Amino acid sequence: MNKKQRMFLRMVLASLLRRRSRMIVALLAIVVGATILSGLGLIYYDVPRQMSAQFRSYGANVILTPSDDSYMNSISIKNAVSVFPSDKLEGYTPYRYENSKLNNLPVTLAGTDFSSVLKTSPYWHISGDLPDGNGKTLVGKKLAEKFGLTVGDGFSMLNSFQITDNTDTSALPDYEIYTDPKTGEKFCDHTLDLKVSGILETGGSEEDYIYVTLDDLSDLMLSERGCDIVEVSVAAREDELKSYLDEINKRSDTLSAKPVKRVTASESTVLSKLESLVLIVTAVVLALTMICVATTMMAVIAERRREIGLRKALGALDSSIVIEFLSEGLVLGAAGGIIGSVLGYLFADAVSMNVFSSSITFRPLLIPVAIIASVTVTGLACLIPIRSAVDVDPALVLKGE
Amino acid sequence: MKLLELKDVTKRYGSLYALDKVSLSIDKGEWIAIMGPSGSGKSTMMNIISCMDRPTEGQVIFNGRDITKDSRKKLTEFHRDKIGLVFQQFHLINYLNAVENVMVAQYYHSMPDEKEALEALERVGLKDRAKHLPSQLSGGEQQRVCIARALINSPELILADEPTGNLDEANENIVLDLFRQLHKEGTSLIVVTHDPEVGEVAERVVRLEHGKIISDKKNNQFSE
Repeated sequence: MNKKQRMFLRMVLASLLRRRSRMIVALLAIVVGATILSGLGLIYYDVPRQMSAQFRSYGANVILTPSDDSYMNSISIKNAVSVFPSDKLEGYTPYRYENSKLNNLPVTLAGTDFSSVLKTSPYWHISGDLPDGNGKTLVGKKLAEKFGLTVGDGFSMLNSFQITDNTDTSALPDYEIYTDPKTGEKFCDHTLDLKVSGILETGGSEEDYIYVTLDDLSDLMLSERGCDIVEVSVAAREDELKSYLDEINKRSDTLSAKPVKRVTASESTVLSKLESLVLIVTAVVLALTMICVATTMMAVIAERRREIGLRKALGALDSSIVIEFLSEGLVLGAAGGIIGSVLGYLFADAVSMNVFSSSITFRPLLIPVAIIASVTVTGLACLIPIRSAVDVDPALVLKGE
Repeated sequence: MKLLELKDVTKRYGSLYALDKVSLSIDKGEWIAIMGPSGSGKSTMMNIISCMDRPTEGQVIFNGRDITKDSRKKLTEFHRDKIGLVFQQFHLINYLNAVENVMVAQYYHSMPDEKEALEALERVGLKDRAKHLPSQLSGGEQQRVCIARALINSPELILADEPTGNLDEANENIVLDLFRQLHKEGTSLIVVTHDPEVGEVAERVVRLEHGKIISDKKNNQFSE
């Protein structure tokens, strides 16, 4: 660095450090601008993630169904859900539905995996407990009222098999086979004793089912088979979700993946509206901040018109003055951008904690973006008053005006 | 040998004549005081000589070269290289210390050199105040920094506008002593002043009134 460059730095630093009160005012305006910009930027990028997580409370947004009349086995299910990135997959729950009898009245039994059911149906309201193993059941509220079941009650589910000529009776060694006197058809009864762990209240069709473990259901039906439906909860936007589902459908010919339209469509609509809102707010705030920074810088430079005149009287070319004053602005802009991006993160995190009760995701890329934006805005804001200030007549300085 | 020549210089602002066909010739090493009441055209003449303003008519010839038609950039370079300015209100940059204020003139002229700037301050008796900000200096000291700044690039001409206008008697004498010393060393000086005492110590006194030179006399002390 030669003596001229050293003197240039000395002047710029002296101006920034020895005119502290003025510079703090300018820096404050830039910091406020950079804070709001980086904070809103973080919120803008994090809102979809936060909202997507919030939307998961509305239940699964993907369903897997068999592509033909068969059922889905656990291997094909696992292969399908492996398409979703693990950080986006909230959970998946298989369901197998069978008809059975309770007190000789037909009811639908749903076999499921209770360990994952609340991940895909977090809105379920359970009085009592979720079943923690075989022999325990979750009864839908409507059925519980219909049969007068409460938590802790025991009951038996009945499964009557019709025995045909093709039935392998060797699989039913312990069951008594009887004949319907009216039709002459042969039947075999099998029962499953269950204890009510909890009553399920959803306000929907779920209240018409009795939920048991998949093992209990296989036991009652005397057959193991795959599932009828798998509910999947994925924290992904509609377009992203579509690409995952396309991939699953391309990979698998035994099952088909579909979005739950009422969830994904409304999620997409709300998110895009929210994003537009945040974008508009960010743009308006950015414009206001630019005006604020510009007016502050204009005021700071305007009060230095005499100094600019003096520099010209000492022989400074217009270009030298523009470079010197612009450099001060750019140093201020960079400092404001660095401070603002840190404060912006804290601001966004506070907003996120208050609104979504979770921390904001730190995005390092926003730091250079905030600094570049801050430097650009400050540079532009400085350029306008500097351009007018360099037109100052140095003779006015001689006159003492 | 002529340093500067004004030939029929007129400066008009609308219908008002700030200078009206003024002709003046200044030799190298000469010390001239320009005196006159307010509105007589002193400041306009200063601005034209310092290349910060252009005449409406007439010529300004410096070292035999007509600079009247030079571009703004060329004039800036010219006055930066040839002229040192001393102001009534000192006009130091308030966030730079004394030595840095002197170095600013070097910065725009050629290459800043702190050692040379300190020597210039020593010459005006302020070496020990080199690191002080203008706000920490008295008026007289600020004017001496201003003179050191005007001298630092060894200009051919020093233009001083009411250099003692804001000073007490003691500081006025210090400044005038500095001018005497510069004159003795061969520096050309043009001092615009209201102060008769400042006028008296100059080699030649030019009086202006209504934009015209009404008298141009050598002072007795310098007359042979």
